[in-house]
Amino acid sequence: MMAYLKLDHIDKTFTRGALETEVLKDITLGIEKGEFVSIIGHSGCGKTTLLNIVAGLTRATIGGVLLEEREVDEPGPDRAVVFQNHSLLPWLTVYDNVRLAVDKVFSATKSRVERRAWTMHNLELVQMAYAKDKRPAEISGGMKQRAGLARALAMEPKVLLLDEPFGALDALTRAHLQDSVMAIHQKLRNTVLMITHDVDEAVLLSDRIVMMTNGPAARIGEVLDVPLARPRRRLDVASSPTYLKCRQRVLEFLYERHRFIEAA
Amino acid sequence: MNMPLVKAEPTPVMPAPTAKVLPLEPKRNALATRLATRVRDVAIRVVPPIVVITVTLLVWELLCRRAGSTLPPPSRVLDDTWELIVDPFFDRGGLDKGLFWHLSASLQRVASGYLLASLVGVALGTLVGQSTWAMRGLDPIFQVLRTVPPLAWLPLSLAAFRNGQPSAIFVIFITAIWPIIINTAVGIRNIPQDYHNVARVLRLNHFEFFWKIMVPSAAPYIFTGLRIGIGLSWLAIVAAEMLIGGVGIGFFIWDAWNSSHISEIILALLYVGLIGFVLDRIVAGIATLVTHGTAAN
Repeated sequence: MMAYLKLDHIDKTFTRGALETEVLKDITLGIEKGEFVSIIGHSGCGKTTLLNIVAGLTRATIGGVLLEEREVDEPGPDRAVVFQNHSLLPWLTVYDNVRLAVDKVFSATKSRVERRAWTMHNLELVQMAYAKDKRPAEISGGMKQRAGLARALAMEPKVLLLDEPFGALDALTRAHLQDSVMAIHQKLRNTVLMITHDVDEAVLLSDRIVMMTNGPAARIGEVLDVPLARPRRRLDVASSPTYLKCRQRVLEFLYERHRFIEAA
Repeated sequence: MNMPLVKAEPTPVMPAPTAKVLPLEPKRNALATRLATRVRDVAIRVVPPIVVITVTLLVWELLCRRAGSTLPPPSRVLDDTWELIVDPFFDRGGLDKGLFWHLSASLQRVASGYLLASLVGVALGTLVGQSTWAMRGLDPIFQVLRTVPPLAWLPLSLAAFRNGQPSAIFVIFITAIWPIIINTAVGIRNIPQDYHNVARVLRLNHFEFFWKIMVPSAAPYIFTGLRIGIGLSWLAIVAAEMLIGGVGIGFFIWDAWNSSHISEIILALLYVGLIGFVLDRIVAGIATLVTHGTAAN
């Protein structure tokens, strides 16, 4: 049987004039329905490019993405993205940002009252209902990401794409948001593909961790199963041997075998 | 998390305070203090302009009081123009009207030309901002034409329209349109890639993208253009009206010069300045209203 979401032999080459840069090389990955998969790698290895290809925002040079056995080559609400820098529209309130997505996706299937209820439901899911009338400039970074998450969830995507969603947040806020994402995943059982460069985040949240080698021409170096039972609780998990073993494996991959060599 | 992580330590016994504790005195008359700060804030803003204006008037009075001075002192300006100031609404037929009628005629011309320039300017700016082809084609033309002084257009428009009124409106239009086009184009061009991505994920169509992303995102830039445009329109109208004649503040000034009523010119200049200021504030106010304060003030 084929995977729910399949990345099929993806190569990506950027061409600028005569200069060709190979970013991704032969990426093949299957993700099952309801699975939480993280992609981890050093910065510049093409993680975000890979996510953009899945989102349809960038076209793969060779290969493609199959969702439910159908090729996807343009963006759509079935693959909602939570962007790294929240990408909320600053002139709309939190509610209106989510409502814009709800109105667009459910214009034909839900009445006005239902759309309003659905918007509020998703804001409650990320604990942002109390700040629904605030504009993005008036709320903190963590709250913006929550609103971005609500907008993505409200599209009822088949696959939820998270592009380093907590990268710009402080450690405490990040932990809160990770707990929220875990709780939401537990509740909705959605399929999630997350880009991260945080080892603990990857181990805590994922069912599988995809480790990428350094670019140029990054490929999948290793795929690690995280056999921790769900629901996971940060404090219980942190001391479990399985967690520590997984963490160790990822750290070894990133810092020994594929150490990031910074340009001089 | 439910599990207590650290056992609560026994609270240490507080030693009895050895120093005498003085209760804080309640703030005396909070309202009076607040009122005083408010008065001071207002004074800080109002006093300097008053001082500067008084000094200027005084120096002007002293300079122009001497016999044989070419310009009247402020006291004489007030004296000469008192009738015009107290009764701006008189209308003795023809061109002999109160200042209100002259100013309102000028404002009407500016309003027509400026509104036209806003509509066409935003439309052209959007086109140039969105299409690389349109930009390459139109931008060189814009860059050359925008440097043409407003009055240089007047003879050409008189030749085309064979009438003063549409010619003046055209001069306002052509003066105000360039900053509107250019700022709108920059605003459209500067829509962040993030918003494009959001629009693509949501599959917004062109119409939705225009109203929901493009217009609000470019609004601060568009309003900057509109503000520069209204300023330039008001600058151009006086000069244009001097040449085309008819009722209007420009003609009023020219007429006063021809009849050597220098005081009337000074009064008219004051009105022109004040109205220009008000026009600018109006557009800035609309901008704040529409963009929720994100436009630069």
